[in-house]
Amino acid sequence: MSAPDLAGAGTAMAAPEPWAQRLAPTLHRLGVTKGAETRGAVALIGLGLAWLVFAVMLFSNKGVGFGTIIYAILGLGLALWLLRVLTDGRRLVIALPMIWLLLFFLAPFLVVFKVSVAEQLIAQPPYSPLFTWAEGKLQITAHLENYQFLLEDRFYIDAYLTSIRIAAISTILCLFVAYPMAYAIARSSPAWRNTLLMLVILPFWTSFLLRVYAWIGILNNNGVINNFLMWLGVIDEPIVMMQTNFAVYVGIVYSYLPLMILPLYTTLEKLDGTLLEASADLGAGPIRSFLSITLPLSLPGILAGCLLVFIPAVGEYVIPALLGPSDTLMIGRVLWDEFFTGRAWPIASAVAIAMLLFLVAPIMLFRNAQGQTGEER
Amino acid sequence: MRSGSFLLIAASLGFLFLYAPIVSLVVYSFNDSRLVTVWGGFTTKWYGELFKDVALVNAALVSLKVAVIAATLATILGTIAGFVLSRFGRFKGRLLFTGMVTAPLVMPEVITGLSLLLLFVGLEQATGWPAGRSATTIIIAHTTFCLAYVAVVVQSRLAGFDRSLEEAAMDLGARPLKVFFSVTLPIIAPALISGWLLAFTLSLDDAVIASFVSGPGSTTLPVEILSRVRRGVSPVINALATLIIVVVAVGFLIASLLMIRAERQRRRDEQKALAGK
Repeated sequence: MSAPDLAGAGTAMAAPEPWAQRLAPTLHRLGVTKGAETRGAVALIGLGLAWLVFAVMLFSNKGVGFGTIIYAILGLGLALWLLRVLTDGRRLVIALPMIWLLLFFLAPFLVVFKVSVAEQLIAQPPYSPLFTWAEGKLQITAHLENYQFLLEDRFYIDAYLTSIRIAAISTILCLFVAYPMAYAIARSSPAWRNTLLMLVILPFWTSFLLRVYAWIGILNNNGVINNFLMWLGVIDEPIVMMQTNFAVYVGIVYSYLPLMILPLYTTLEKLDGTLLEASADLGAGPIRSFLSITLPLSLPGILAGCLLVFIPAVGEYVIPALLGPSDTLMIGRVLWDEFFTGRAWPIASAVAIAMLLFLVAPIMLFRNAQGQTGEER
Repeated sequence: MRSGSFLLIAASLGFLFLYAPIVSLVVYSFNDSRLVTVWGGFTTKWYGELFKDVALVNAALVSLKVAVIAATLATILGTIAGFVLSRFGRFKGRLLFTGMVTAPLVMPEVITGLSLLLLFVGLEQATGWPAGRSATTIIIAHTTFCLAYVAVVVQSRLAGFDRSLEEAAMDLGARPLKVFFSVTLPIIAPALISGWLLAFTLSLDDAVIASFVSGPGSTTLPVEILSRVRRGVSPVINALATLIIVVVAVGFLIASLLMIRAERQRRRDEQKALAGK
């Protein structure tokens, strides 16, 4: 160390600026501070040293070992990170929602994964721990049986495929119901248009659960439809509609219809009417005009609407539970039953992880790809 | 006009499909017969029974409390998240941030519910908090998934927003925080209101996530309804549904009338401004 450096260090007690100023650029380069916060840098180094001493003292009765060093490094890292966040308004703004989401959105999935490799126990909570501490050693016990079980039992794969099939069929049915409605609204006079749109949105703000419940009263063996048909004399015995896949289709189409109509309406409303006039002038019939002009131009709306309906439908629990049959299960209901009825937390967690991998991840990738092509246009 | 009449018929049938179940809910709430679908004369007794039903009334109060708090928290955090997404450009962890904000929109409710419950159980084991399931755990769960919806609403509002106003304020020497509170926030206020209403409705409507994270003393209204409805139809539930429909319809009507008036006022102001020139 050269003489001027020593001199600088000597005066540091009285005025901390000289050597702290020399440190500041280094800290800045390391990304710890944003530049001029020299006092912050001093405080930070003091804090780090104090923490190191504290950590060594705290764990020295067990001997300074691996754990002490890890805790000391973790503590120092945390202090550095907090300082970065607190000295920078921008980072502070990002940190608020970020910390909330890390804690209550990302961390839960780590716990789900942990439970999915546990063994089911009759205990509180009903699963075995992943990490155990025995004879001073950390032991990790992962059970992969749950995943093996999912693969071997046809039940789960069938439920997964059934969910996709039912969601896809209901989405297409929904499209067929929604398209003429959206088209009619887009072609109506402006005075009517707002009223009709309001009528489409209004049911969506009332309770989802109660709208599904309404269908029980309609589709039941002694429900509205059967009573009416028997009164007319068309049928002698009630038609069984409740607890069939038909009821699930009706429930999904009904519940998610507004989600399909709105994006369709948005694209159809923007449709240039002169294109249709031109095609009529050139001798195309209404069907031909529809197939070669209206339909291709409304494709973005169709795709958006189908995604909005398919995504919630595929993991749906309430509709199949209230209206569906008890033998063909959708995956959301399987997870629910494993968890609540069977108290099989590890299996339910494994189902959740499998759903994340084979359902949620593809949907997110697809949506991302969609968004990017949308931006390119 | 063959295609025109086809459209008219298809659209009318569509609206019939949308409203027939709602009408039947309302009609059968006035039915004087325990068998919901057999007509036994007009009565209003189920409304009386509804208000005497302590479990339902308590569940409704819990639901309202949870929805107000969760919607408010979600609006605060969601507004910040939407602002970060649309204004902050690149930063470290942006991909993670975007993913975590948008993923709840496509997450099946059963997974969200299960994962949060397992987190709460694990946390309780490790730290003693939260002690059991309560309104607090429902509020945390609802805030987390409603936050995403608010963020999307705010982000899309900020995307179609004239940045020159913010820049002008900055040029006049306002600090970023001041600019946000006196320029940005008033302009995006309508988005905040609709975001809050959306979060409030989503929270009031959620039965699945709340079933996972609610405890014995903190049942919300949808959880209570779900457990009753699975045992069969009940005229009291019809009465409750009718009340909800009336409240929503009246609120909706008032909101749209206010919107129409504000729109007219804006147009009049614009015309005045043009005439003044």
